[in-house]
This record gives sequence, structure tokens and C-alpha cells, in this order.
Amino acid sequence: MGIFIEKSGLLTTVQDYGRYGYQNSGFSVSGVMDRRSAGIANALVNNSMDEAVLEFLLMGPTIRFKTSTVISLTGADFSPKLNGQPIENYTAIQVNAEDVLELGFAKNGLWGYLAFAAKLDIPMVMGSRSTNARCNIGGFNGRKLEKEDELNFREKIKHLPNMEKRHVEPEFFGDKEKTIRVILGLQKDLFSEEGIHTFFSETYQVTEQCDRMGYRLEGPAVAHVDGGDIISDGIPLGAIQIPSHGKPIIMLVDRQTTGGYTKIGTVIGVDIPVLVQSAAGTKLHFQEISVEEAQNLYVKQMEDCDALLANLRKLSLWDRIKQLF
Amino acid sequence: MEYPYIMTAGDSAVVVEFGNEISPEINEKVKAFYEVVKSVNKPGIVDVIPTFRSVLIHYNPRVMRYSQVVDAAKDFLKLSKNAASVTKRVFQIPVCYGGHYGPDLKDVAEHAGMSEEEVISIHARKPYLIYMLGFLPGFAYLGGMDKRIAMPRLPDPRAKIAARSVGIAGEQTGLYPMESPAGWRLIGRTPVRPYEPQKKNPILYEAGDYIEFIPIDEQEYTRIEMLIEAGTYECPVRELR
Repeated sequence: MGIFIEKSGLLTTVQDYGRYGYQNSGFSVSGVMDRRSAGIANALVNNSMDEAVLEFLLMGPTIRFKTSTVISLTGADFSPKLNGQPIENYTAIQVNAEDVLELGFAKNGLWGYLAFAAKLDIPMVMGSRSTNARCNIGGFNGRKLEKEDELNFREKIKHLPNMEKRHVEPEFFGDKEKTIRVILGLQKDLFSEEGIHTFFSETYQVTEQCDRMGYRLEGPAVAHVDGGDIISDGIPLGAIQIPSHGKPIIMLVDRQTTGGYTKIGTVIGVDIPVLVQSAAGTKLHFQEISVEEAQNLYVKQMEDCDALLANLRKLSLWDRIKQLF
Repeated sequence: MEYPYIMTAGDSAVVVEFGNEISPEINEKVKAFYEVVKSVNKPGIVDVIPTFRSVLIHYNPRVMRYSQVVDAAKDFLKLSKNAASVTKRVFQIPVCYGGHYGPDLKDVAEHAGMSEEEVISIHARKPYLIYMLGFLPGFAYLGGMDKRIAMPRLPDPRAKIAARSVGIAGEQTGLYPMESPAGWRLIGRTPVRPYEPQKKNPILYEAGDYIEFIPIDEQEYTRIEMLIEAGTYECPVRELR
């Protein structure tokens, strides 16, 4: 018992925090594009932050529940409706068997996340439930969800305590201009001084050519010393590749493990969600930051998420009394 | 700049670079370092990618900060310098050359100005170093092909080539673990499956191993395929001194 997909949406997949330990063999990490939103969705329904969720892009799915459980929606605003009635994002919602959840078009962002207290029953493949569609592994049958797919839950969790506390302020991703912080590095020496200056002082626009592999940007060409090709090496999450044409491509969760283009630097962990939620046309400014500062920001954000989770797991006196019966 | 050297790769990865060219000597250092990182298995290190001339280490900044990763990498470098050289494994991959399995063998032979048999004898029974795996799971970047049988890629790539195809692109030779679009000149195919997602080690070989192609005929191809179906086939491996 679990959920039935009435409409698939544009690109709806099962994702967790990704598949690590196999990049040496050429397997992409996969996983959610926006870890922060997915983590908050899970925290709201008592799951650990890296639990598998449904991720959807631009146009969300329509889902019929076959079992009662508690859900939450985060990320972009897909104007969710339960049985035709609008419901809130960033809030735990009780759903019952035969309820229908309808998600519309994304506003203020691109990616949405749906977490389930009863947790999706998806087999672990190489340590993860994430869908890797290119290799046809993980997730639901190794592919994006289609109409009439049925996914089961693996736990019987119909209700959660503390429902009134299970809400956080929705995040807003719709800014038309954003600052993205970057740690300079990798092949920075293969860019001219002028090129590095261009990169940090000019404005770059998110294009339509954006997917789970990477986001292509449009803007003034970043000049190299001698072309944009290197001997292929490893690509970290958020790496900013700049081929000879000079236009940045930011490498994301479905990126290939290795590549042969110069990388000027890497987007910091806490700014990846900000970046990936940026619709085409969003203007980006890049700002340099040190690795130490970036790690402080990252650890602080993780600790805040943990505190949220711990707070939601604390039972009120009334809930404890209810549990006795 | 002196090799090896350690570079930041964002707030959750570092790269240790051993040189700036494709050579077996540099790749051997990569392999030795990679083996040390893997065997030490330090908490906080979540993934390690060996490449032609560098190693990318992914770590969790909540468990270890940048300065700690740099210190750990320096320790790994010391350990890897003292590491005894590991025995080199050569995977003997049976290949049925030409015909239906290798539709471009004729063109490669013509381009090289020799017979198909000569192309096969130059290509086969020679250990190629796996410099790294990437692009696709199990796709091996092989080094050391004889330049006499080199040929540029197809001007118009095929939309789909069969899994386990063996091909030539420029001075490179390689083996496609899965179906993929490709502009490679296809000279043969192996019944061996280098990629089996349900296995604990889903990829047959690792970077630093060698691949050697052993010519077989169609009958042998079918026989091996049946053994693989039955789960009783194991790809022969020899050691290289």
C-alpha cells in the first residue's frame, strides 16, 4: 500500500542524498538537486534528512494515496491541492486513503519535493534509492515515474505527534538576481587574469539548457590562457566548467564523474540549492569566498536542520499521554 | 608548482595531482595513492575518483575540515610512496572481430592499408592500461594502442551502438559497457559483461588494471554467452610482471 500516480508530471523521480562510493567506476552520484529543501521535507515528517523523496520539475505529478500517512511539500511552490482544496507548503499534512494530491506548475523555483512519513519502499541499489535514469538503476525501475505507476510504503506510519509544530517558513527562490559564492580553484591558472576578472565582475544568465547534469549560463566569455581543454579529471558537485567558448556550465548531481574542460572554481554547498532553483533568465553574480568560510556556513546550516528535526521529534505531554492508549 | 600537489575543489572535495600528462608512470602513482586512500578508509571521506593524473577525494565537511583533509592527503602520499608495487591484473576479454559484430573493421583495415587479419593481430593480445573509468559506468580509457590502426571517429556518430562493442576512435581503443550513442569505429564485440548492476562490484575491472582482447569466432561467442547466461563464466585474468 502506498501511492498511485494519476499524472506523472514533467520529470518526477525517486531521489535520496545520492549514490556514493561508485564514482571510481564511472557512476554519477545522482540524488536530489536541492538537498536543503528535500532535507526539510523529510524533517517535517520525522524522517532523517537523507530519506528518499519524490522530486519533480516545473510541472508536478497528481497522486492518489492508497494508505493514510503524513506528507510534506517543500522547494518551489507547485500550488498543491488535496481533494481540490489548497494546502500549505512547508507543513506536515495528514492524508488518508483515496485522497488525491494535485500539483501544478512551479512558482518561485524549479524543483519540488514530497516526503512521506511512511517512507517509500524502493530497493537500495549500490547503497542508495536514487534514480540514475541514464544507467537505468535505482529509484522506481531505474526510470522517471509514469502514469499508473504504483509505489509502496515500507513503514506503517499513519499519524505523527506534534502536528501543530510541523511547519517552517517557506523559502523563496524567485529572486531575479542572485549572488552565488564560489571557491576559486582547480584549473584557475589556465584562465587569464582578465578572464577571472570577467567571471567575478560580469552578470551571467541561467539559460533554458539546464537539467540534472548541469546548468548552462549565458554571458561574457571568460578568457583562457590557452584554450579550455585539459586531460580529463574528476568533477566535484558545483564545479564551474568553462570550455573554449568561454561560457560557464555548472556541474550538478547527474554530472559525469570525469571531464576534459577547464574548471575555474566550485559553487559552495549552501549555494547549490539557491542555484538549482533559479529559473531561466535569472541573473547570477559570482563572489569569491574561502573554503574555511564556506565550510562554516555549510556546517551551520546542517546543525540548524538537525535542531529542527530534534525539536519536531520531542513529544509534547499530550502526545505522550495519547501514546499510552 | 611541484608534483604531487593538493588543490581545493570546493568545500567538500580536494584533488591530488601527480602530473600533467598521460603516462603509465604518473598513472601508477595515481593508482598507488588511490589504493592507500581506499584501504585506510578514513571516516568523512565519502568517494574517491582516480583519473589519468589525479585523484579527486570527496569528503563531508561536517566530519573533517579542509585543513584536516589536506593533512590526511599528505599522510596518504607518504604511505603511497612506500607502498610495494601491486601485481597488475590483465583481464582477457574475448572478442569476435568483424562481420556483424564489428561492422567497421573493413574500413579500419582499408584506412590502415592492410588486411582485416593484420588489424586484428595488431589490436589483439596486447595489454592496454586502463588509465581511468568514466563517461559511462565501466567505460575504460585505454592507453597504448598501435598508431598504425588509428582512425578518426565517424563524421556522423551512430545514435545507438550495442553494449559490449569494441571500437577505435583516433589513437584510442575502448569497450562500451552499455548501449550508447557513439562515433567510434566498431571492430568487434565481446560476450563478456563488464557492467552488472546487481553485483557487489558492478564493474569487472578497475583503473590501473589492464585489458587484453582475445580473438574468438562466432561459435565461441555464442558458447561464452550461454555460459554467462547460466552464471558459470568467469573472465580469465592473468598477472603482468
